[in-house]
Amino acid sequence: MTAMLNVKDLRAYYGQVQALHGLSFSLNEGSLTTLLGANGAGKTTTLRAICNMVRSTGAIEFEGKPIGTRSTENVVRLGIAHVPQGRGTFTNMTVEENLQLGAISRSDTKAIGSDIERMYEHFPVLKQRYTQQAGTLSGGEQQMLAVARALMLRPRLMLLDEPSFGLAPLIVRDLFRILGKINREEKVTILVVEQNAQLALELADQAYVIETGRIVMSGNAKDIANNEDVRKSYLGY
Amino acid sequence: MELFANQVLAGIATGAIYACMALAVVMIYQAIDHLNFAQGEMAMFSTFVSWQLMQWGVPYWGAFVLTVAFSFAAGIVIERLLFKPLAKAPILTNVAGFIALYAIINSVAGLIWDFTIKQYPTPFGSSPFLGSQLISTHQAGMIGITLLMLLLLFFFFRFTRVGLAMRAAASLPESARLVGINTSWMIALGWGMASAIGSIAGMMIAPVVFLEPNMMLGVLIYGFAAAVLGGLTSPFGAVMGGFLVGIFENLVGTYIPGVGNELKLPIALALIIVVLVVKPAGLFGRAIVKRV
Repeated sequence: MTAMLNVKDLRAYYGQVQALHGLSFSLNEGSLTTLLGANGAGKTTTLRAICNMVRSTGAIEFEGKPIGTRSTENVVRLGIAHVPQGRGTFTNMTVEENLQLGAISRSDTKAIGSDIERMYEHFPVLKQRYTQQAGTLSGGEQQMLAVARALMLRPRLMLLDEPSFGLAPLIVRDLFRILGKINREEKVTILVVEQNAQLALELADQAYVIETGRIVMSGNAKDIANNEDVRKSYLGY
Repeated sequence: MELFANQVLAGIATGAIYACMALAVVMIYQAIDHLNFAQGEMAMFSTFVSWQLMQWGVPYWGAFVLTVAFSFAAGIVIERLLFKPLAKAPILTNVAGFIALYAIINSVAGLIWDFTIKQYPTPFGSSPFLGSQLISTHQAGMIGITLLMLLLLFFFFRFTRVGLAMRAAASLPESARLVGINTSWMIALGWGMASAIGSIAGMMIAPVVFLEPNMMLGVLIYGFAAAVLGGLTSPFGAVMGGFLVGIFENLVGTYIPGVGNELKLPIALALIIVVLVVKPAGLFGRAIVKRV
């Protein structure tokens, strides 16, 4: 398998503070990878660095092209959808407008309508609420909307930042089931950052563990889940 | 009763001036989240450009279209050259920029066209409208143009992809970039549109207040007041705010004894403050529903 995303020696900075200290990893095409680690380990920063939302050095290649110097919107236009922490919902717009916005950079405008219908099949709850202001949705519904909005880009790669944050366990299960389905059926490569290690490892096939801005462990998700030492020292369950 | 109706009508006629300007104010506020103090001067300069074109023999509507196009481009150029570099600067830096721009445009216009008052033509004529002494065909035309602009803006923001992208960029820039919107150009486009709308306002207002470099001084203050009253987030509110300020002003002047031309404007502004104390988002400002 070829690597779709290749990150080498990534260092990121917030002002004078260095948050990532030479991080390297790669994602295989079609894989579902999770990036685990405690609070403040640098998970969110890694995703933000890929989309050039934080100052960073190092090499980031997407499908063989270096993307480190592209602006955020131009990284997205290559087919990298990013569901940020806190979901980034356009709360004062309707559900349908949020979905339209997901596809705003696409030039094949004719297919957008049918893609919205497809999203309503994945997330039936959005269909019932399509004229509603997105800010009135519950947390779980907003997370579904954020994922659906990202998919409207027809992305090759989707980055998700803590999709389980603040959601009830049942809703998290439902969401992760849908993510697995999207990964298999729509052939979208997924990188999901999670604090909920147990669930993420059930879902993913590859995993990286990150601590204070460095990768400390990588491998098959099942192996990592079964390794008691890793669980105790890094994942805390 | 007839006096009341007449005064309301006259108020709507003056209010159209404020409504026109308020629309431009709201447009720029939507794009950059600031009030642009130089907005009135930009509109004044555009109006002078159209006047100059007419002096050179261009017919009214030709000059009108050329001026709107020029203003749109000039708005974008001003944003690219002056305010894009200031995008991340503190608000006060931006305010200083607006004030500098205000003074520069005012002086340059005075230098080119001097400060004498000039007549400015109206395409609608100035005979009484439908036989009413209180509202002229020009004022009726101005109200019509304002409502038409409002309608076009509504359709633009509601039903076009660029309009949707602009709204997204204004409300959540980071999320907008994450769906692939070039937010920086959306801001430039907002400046262009605000400048173009301002130029139309200027050309509509000039026949009433006459053309000179300081013509917008008072109008801009009432335009701001109207926009704030109606709600800075709502183009519809801005227009309604404009008409309301005009109506207030007239009714106060008519019905409260001792209030002459000098006092009716401060009283109208005081009324606006009262409204804002009760409804801080403005009369038609969007209350955003948030569920936590």
